[in-house]
Amino acid sequence: MSTPTVSHVEGAIGQSPKRIEDDRFIRGKGTYVDDVQLPGMLFMSIYRSPFAHATINSIDTSRAMAMPGVLACITGKDLEAHGLAWMPTLAGDTQAVLATDKVRFQGQEVVAIIAKTQPQAEDALEGIDVDYDPLPVIIDPKHAMDADAPVVRTDLEGKTDNHIFTWESGDADATDRAFADADIVISLDTLYPRIHPAPMETCGCVSDYNKATGKMTVHLTSQAPHAHRTLFALVAGLPEHKIRIISPDVGGGFGNKVPIYPGYVVATAASLLIGKPVKWIESRSENLISTGFARDYHMSGELAATKDGKMLGLRANVLADHGAFNAQAAPSKWPAGFFNIATGSYDMPAAYCKVDAVYTNKAPGGVAYRCSFRVTEAAYLIERLVDNLAHKTGIDAAELRKMNFIQPEQFPYKSPMGWEYDSGDYDKAMDIALELVDYEALRKEQAEKRERGEVMGIGFSSFTEIVGAGMSKICDIAGLAMIDSAELRIHPTGKGVLKLGVQSQGQGHETTFAQIVANELGIPSTDIVVEHGDTDHTPYGLGTYASRSTPTGGAATAIVARKLREKGRQIAAHMLECAPDDLEFDSGTFTVKGSPDRTKTIQECIFKAYQPELPEGMENGFEDVTYYDAPEMTYPFGTYICVVDIDKGTGAVTVRKFVAVDDCGTRINPMIVDGQIHGGLTQGFGTAMMELISFDEDGNCFGSNFMDYLIPTAVESPHWTLGECVTPSPHHPIGAKGIGESPTVGSPQAIVNAVVDALTPYGITNIDMPLSSHKVWKALRDAGVSDE
Amino acid sequence: MSGKLAVTTTVNGEEHEVLIEPRLLLVNMIRETLHETGTHIGCDTSSCGACTVLLDGKPVKSCTILAVQANGREITTVEGLETADGLHPVQEGFKEEHGLQCGYCTPGMMMTSVALLAENPDPSEDDIRKAISGNLCRCTGYVNIVKAVQYAAKKQQGVTA
Repeated sequence: MSTPTVSHVEGAIGQSPKRIEDDRFIRGKGTYVDDVQLPGMLFMSIYRSPFAHATINSIDTSRAMAMPGVLACITGKDLEAHGLAWMPTLAGDTQAVLATDKVRFQGQEVVAIIAKTQPQAEDALEGIDVDYDPLPVIIDPKHAMDADAPVVRTDLEGKTDNHIFTWESGDADATDRAFADADIVISLDTLYPRIHPAPMETCGCVSDYNKATGKMTVHLTSQAPHAHRTLFALVAGLPEHKIRIISPDVGGGFGNKVPIYPGYVVATAASLLIGKPVKWIESRSENLISTGFARDYHMSGELAATKDGKMLGLRANVLADHGAFNAQAAPSKWPAGFFNIATGSYDMPAAYCKVDAVYTNKAPGGVAYRCSFRVTEAAYLIERLVDNLAHKTGIDAAELRKMNFIQPEQFPYKSPMGWEYDSGDYDKAMDIALELVDYEALRKEQAEKRERGEVMGIGFSSFTEIVGAGMSKICDIAGLAMIDSAELRIHPTGKGVLKLGVQSQGQGHETTFAQIVANELGIPSTDIVVEHGDTDHTPYGLGTYASRSTPTGGAATAIVARKLREKGRQIAAHMLECAPDDLEFDSGTFTVKGSPDRTKTIQECIFKAYQPELPEGMENGFEDVTYYDAPEMTYPFGTYICVVDIDKGTGAVTVRKFVAVDDCGTRINPMIVDGQIHGGLTQGFGTAMMELISFDEDGNCFGSNFMDYLIPTAVESPHWTLGECVTPSPHHPIGAKGIGESPTVGSPQAIVNAVVDALTPYGITNIDMPLSSHKVWKALRDAGVSDE
Repeated sequence: MSGKLAVTTTVNGEEHEVLIEPRLLLVNMIRETLHETGTHIGCDTSSCGACTVLLDGKPVKSCTILAVQANGREITTVEGLETADGLHPVQEGFKEEHGLQCGYCTPGMMMTSVALLAENPDPSEDDIRKAISGNLCRCTGYVNIVKAVQYAAKKQQGVTA
C-alpha cells in the first residue's frame, strides 16, 4: 500500500518539526571539510593551464621548490610512476589527473604544490614554469566533427575525431510515420547552456594517511562517500578496508560533488607519500572553471500534432558538449542519462531521440545539476515545444496540455521511449495551479495590455520527472548496483540511531529520516539520531543525488523500521500472551484486538528485547539493516505557471508571479518540502535569467567567478506561490517520490515560455537562456519593435 | 613574508593577541589562527558574504579586510551570538522559519541580519532583501531567510509571534 499509515506520534510523517541539524549550523558549529584542521596538516594548491589546448614541452618546478615552505611539486610524470596520471571517469572515459602530454582545457590541472601553509602553496604557483606549444582549439561543438577539427583526445589510441557516443532511444520508424500523418510540426532549435551548480561551499578534501595503521582517512566534499571509497580503492589500489571517507557537513552539492576530481586524487597521493595530512580546497574560480559543469545540450526538437492539437510524436536530436573528458555523472548504461523521458506528461504514440556527444576544449563534466541525469534538458525541450504548439494552433496552453495529458487511469503508463510511470494526476496539479494564479483574469489582463502595446506573458511547465535511481537491473555506477541502505538500532530505553547509506548536503535528512522511523515505529522523531556520511559507521549506499535519497534510502528506512516493528510485535504478543496477529499497532502501542486495556508500548517491547526470557528462538537486541533495490523509478510531476512583464525599452524581464504546484507523492516534512521547492525554483530562475559559462574563440572561460557568473540574490529572486498535490507512488513503502529536483527541472521553461508568450505577437518563437535584458531587447529590436 | 605583526583584537568578548603575517586576511585569522570556523569562505571576489562578521558592530566581509586592520577593534562572529540567556533572536528565527538548508551561508547571513536589525528594528521585506543582497544563498531562495529576519525583528521588539 502506497499511502502510509500516519502515526500520531510526535514528529511522524506529515508533521513539520524544526530541523535537528540546525542546532549546530545556527551556532557556527557545523563541520565542513575546510573546518578540518589537523596537526601537521600541509596545504595543496594547483597550477592550472592558461591555454585551452597546448602541448606541454617541459615543466620546470625548480623556482617553486626554492620558495618558502614548499615541500613538493607534483607533476603528471610523478603520478605516472604510480599509475595515477590518468583516472577513470564515471562515464567510462579517462581523465588526466595532472596533464602529462597536453592540456585540453583552460584551467586543467598541471602541477600540484604541497607547502606548509596555504599562502605558501599559493605563492609558489608563480614559480611553476611550463613550456607550452599552443594548439588549435575546438570550442564550438557544432564543428567538433568537422574533418579539420583539432582532435582533443589524442591520448586515446586510434582516436581520429571528437566523437564520444551516439545514443538512441525510441522507435525512429514509428516516429517518422507519426510525423508523416501530422497536420502540424513544431520545430525548435535551442541550447540549454553550460551552467554550474555552484554550491556555496566549493569542493575540497583533507587526506590523512596514518602510516602506523595504514589507514587513509579522507574528509571529502562528497555526495556519495561509499561509492567514492570503492572508487578510491579501484583507482588508487588502496585496500578498501583501509579507506575511510568522511563527508561531514557539506555546503550544498547539487551534483557538483558527485564525481571524483583530480584534486582529491593528488591530495590523497601526496598524503600517502609524505605521511602527513594534506588539505586541498578549491577557490571559487577553480570550482567554476574546472569541476562539475552541467547541461550544454544543443537540442533540435520536433513535435508532431493534429490541427486540433493532439500530439502524435516527438523527435529530438541533441548535440551534447562534454568538454575535454567525458566526465558526465550518470548510471553506467545511460550515456545521455534519462533524456528519453522527453515525452514528459503527454500521451503520444511515438517518440525517438538521438544524442551525439563530442569532445571540445572545455572543462569536462556534464554533472546532473539538481537533476536526475538529463531530465532537466528533456523537460525543457518538451515544454518549450508544447507552448510553441499552443501558439501555432491558437489553442490555449493550459487547454492544450490537458488535451494531451496522460490520464490517471492510464498508470502505470508505458511511455513510447520505454519508461513505466508509477502514478500521476496531471489535470489535478494543473487545475490547482490555474486557480492559484487566477488564470482567466490574467489572460484578460494580457489582452488588455496588448491593446495598449504593453508586453506581458504567461508561461507553463507541466513537467514529469524520473527520479530515484534505483532499479539495479538497469542502473549501476561503476558496476555498483544503485541500491541504498538503512541500519536502525534502538537502545534499551527506546532511543536509538539510524545510520544511512545516503548523505545530506542540506536536505535535512537528520530530521526527515527520523520522521520516517517515528512514523513506522511509533517513537518520537527526536528520539532518533541520524548518522550519515562516514563510511566507517554507516552501511553501504550510492549517495545523494538525482532525488534518490527518499526513494531509496527513505524506503530502506521505512522497511528496516517495519522489520523492527514486527520484532516488537512478537515480543508484545509474548508478554501479552496472545498471538502476534491478535495485535493492532497504532502510534507506538500494540493493543490486543477487542481488549483495549491489554497493551504494550513499543518502548516496553524494546526494553524487553534487552532482557532475558524472550520468545523462543529470538535473539536479544533491537536492530536491523535493510538494503533497498527500488522496483521502479518514481515520477514526481507538477505544473508551474509564470507571469512576466517586459519593459520594451530595456528588455528587462520581471517575474511578477510564479505559481508552483508540485506532486512529490507523500510529503514527509511539509516545511522542508516547501524549502526545497523555494530553493530549486530560485536556481531555475538563475538558469533562466542569468547563469552562463561561456568561452571565447580561444577557449578562455567567461563566468569564472561570482562577478561574472551571476547567481540570484535576495533582490532579484521572485516570490513563489506554492500549491500542493499528493499522488503517492504505488511502489514506494511510504508513497514518497522525491522533491529535491522538481523545481529546478520544471521552472526554467515556465519562465522562458512566459517570455516567448509575451513576445509572440511580434513573431518571436524562441529566445535561449539566459534571458538577459540585452538579449530580450535585441529580439524586440530585430522584430522591429521599439518603445516609442 | 618574515616580519610578523602583533595584532590584538577582541573576538566575541575575548581578547586575543596574535602574531600574524601582514597580508593575512581577517577571515583567515578568525578561522585558522583563532580556530573559530563558523565564519566561512565561499568566493574569491567579495561576492558571497559567507565570511560576514561584525567589526565594531558593522557588518564586513572579512575576506576583504586585512587582519591587521582589525587591531584594537571588536569582532563578533556567529559563535558570539548566543549568550547565557540563550540563542540570539536571529538564530532562533533561522531555525523556526527554516531559514537555512546546507548551513554554509547561514553564519554570514545571520551576521548581516543582526546588523540590519540593530540599525532598523522594524524592516520591511524590501529592506531585508536589500540588506542581505550581498549574501548569497544557493539553497533557500531567500523566502524563509526573510521570514527568519522578520521573526527576529518581532522577537526583539517583544512581540509574540
